[in-house]
Amino acid sequence: MTHDEGMFGVHGTGDTSGFGGLVRTGSSSGSSERPYGSYFDEIADDLERAYPEFSDAIEAVVVQNGELTFHVKREKLESVARTLRDDPKLRFEMCLGVSGVHYPDQVGRELHAVYPLLSMTHNRRLRLEVSIPDSDPHIPSLVEVWAGNNWHERETFDMFGIIFDGHGGLTRILMPDDWNGHPQRKDYPLGGIPVEFIGATIPAPSERRSYQ
Amino acid sequence: MSFDPYASSRETTEGRVYSVTGGDWDELSTEIGATKEERVVVNMGPQHPSTHGVLRLILELEGETVTEARCGIGYLHTGIEKNTEYRTWTQGVTYVTRMDYLSPIFNETAYCMSVEKLLGITDQITERAQVIRVMMMELNRISSHMVCFGTGGLELGALTPIFFAFRDRETVLDIFEKVSGLRMNMAYIRPGGVAQDVPQDAVADIRKACRDMRKSFKDNETLLVGNSIWMKRTKDVGYLDLAGCMTLGVTGPILRAAGMPWDLRKSQPYSGYENYDFDVITTDTCDAYGRFLVRLGELEQSLRIIEQCCDKLDQLAGQPVMVADKKIAWPAQLSVSADGMGNSLSHIREIMGESMEALIHHFKIVTEGFRVPAGQAYASVESPRGETGVHTVSDGGTRPYRVHFREPSFNNLQSTAAMCEGGMIADVISAVASIDPVMGGVDR
Repeated sequence: MTHDEGMFGVHGTGDTSGFGGLVRTGSSSGSSERPYGSYFDEIADDLERAYPEFSDAIEAVVVQNGELTFHVKREKLESVARTLRDDPKLRFEMCLGVSGVHYPDQVGRELHAVYPLLSMTHNRRLRLEVSIPDSDPHIPSLVEVWAGNNWHERETFDMFGIIFDGHGGLTRILMPDDWNGHPQRKDYPLGGIPVEFIGATIPAPSERRSYQ
Repeated sequence: MSFDPYASSRETTEGRVYSVTGGDWDELSTEIGATKEERVVVNMGPQHPSTHGVLRLILELEGETVTEARCGIGYLHTGIEKNTEYRTWTQGVTYVTRMDYLSPIFNETAYCMSVEKLLGITDQITERAQVIRVMMMELNRISSHMVCFGTGGLELGALTPIFFAFRDRETVLDIFEKVSGLRMNMAYIRPGGVAQDVPQDAVADIRKACRDMRKSFKDNETLLVGNSIWMKRTKDVGYLDLAGCMTLGVTGPILRAAGMPWDLRKSQPYSGYENYDFDVITTDTCDAYGRFLVRLGELEQSLRIIEQCCDKLDQLAGQPVMVADKKIAWPAQLSVSADGMGNSLSHIREIMGESMEALIHHFKIVTEGFRVPAGQAYASVESPRGETGVHTVSDGGTRPYRVHFREPSFNNLQSTAAMCEGGMIADVISAVASIDPVMGGVDR
């Protein structure tokens, strides 16, 4: 991908303040200890009961900023999602899309997909997070479980290059179909991408305007 | 076929493609009528006056019946989420306010709530700041619903509603200008509070505006509720029941028109919504008319909340509107003077003439910004179109590591196929207007 430097004042890390000297370490995800507090213990207990492979499927349970996150192995994602949706004690009937995050420093788990879930029945929230290597960017699609994830998965594919296996029509949604690269990855520059006019013919300068 | 400047056609690998732009298409329709093809695929938009913005609808038609409907989006993609990663947390507000440009205050509030969650200062936001946020959000809900009525009416051929709607919207925008200095994209809500206090005389103006709007809302109500043409265009059109809403993740007026009293202001209150008296409006018709009635009812509820906000603002006079922590609070004190909004003179006097440290602090926090502890947070508000959710990730720096908006317009637009397929092409317009998508929010 060609890229012109020196546009929009962004160079290197893109630290426009010039005063930061920032060390970017990324967020670590050490598992939280029980009790998790709030209704989080109940969710964990109910999932353990309804999903016997809990300890195998859930890599970590993180409670942070008053929010509960289950880090799920991608092989188990669909079955965990189905259990969370269908079990009467859990009933997370709504998935509010998927948000990609790119951590180039976390070798072997560079790409994260984050699913915020909402249970209207029990008025609870939960977050699922899946981490995958950049070299094998595949995650099972959840469109079969929550049809509303269709466009969200297309967007995450478009922006991060995560391939959602089983999605019925995984095409770009915001960028043009023939775009190169995935713009929201950290290795993709801000600005400096040459503008393409595909199929346009450009008249010779002498013929562009006539003032005769 | 002779050359028609408004309707030309050419052969492609996908069949014959006709490009029509305007004027009279008699020859074209004769030619299409003569072909054996039963089905025609029509690209409606992205430059079509009835698609509610730069939305491209790809419709497969059999006669006037829509057999398949798909959306083409992305024409307004501006990379706002990417841009926020290159600016400070406070500057992010200026970007996100431009996403769904009809509900800027909701974008700002949701974004700031997620930043405050990461900072761990959610409970330090002063009550006055929360009341101002609620008041601005409810005013914004009115101005946003007004555009829905106005443009929705235009799209269905009703030319009068937009005049009533934009008159009332103008009242709200005048208040926004008085409070924040700007009519749209105000960047008024900031992490830690709001940019500046409400001017002293504004509360009286807002009270008067509420009284006026309560009367003037009646104009559109009497014009459209029960109007036989309006009912014929919207009743039983764009049908989406509760099961459809749930599986497609649809929230907001569409969900409430399917009979589900789900409103984050009631079910998961934020910014002190639990302290206000208001009702969640629902209908059970699941159609475009029901959504119209829900929005109409919400106007009155918004007025109720705004009036309670005015009372609270009187009680809370003098309270700060920014967190006390000077490591986070925006240092500049703004004020409105004769030539518009700018830095307050007393603040300039302090940093330029009295305190070197204050100048250094001001300079550092404005250029470099404040650091936000590493982690992720999700915050959501009930915007005029449904749940606006913000997922923010920090790596501990002065700039966001990732900001993702779960835009209700983006999500709800997916239901176009479910609402339109099997119906008439004229009903597509009704259905899309009842979704009320804002393409700035859809494409971001």
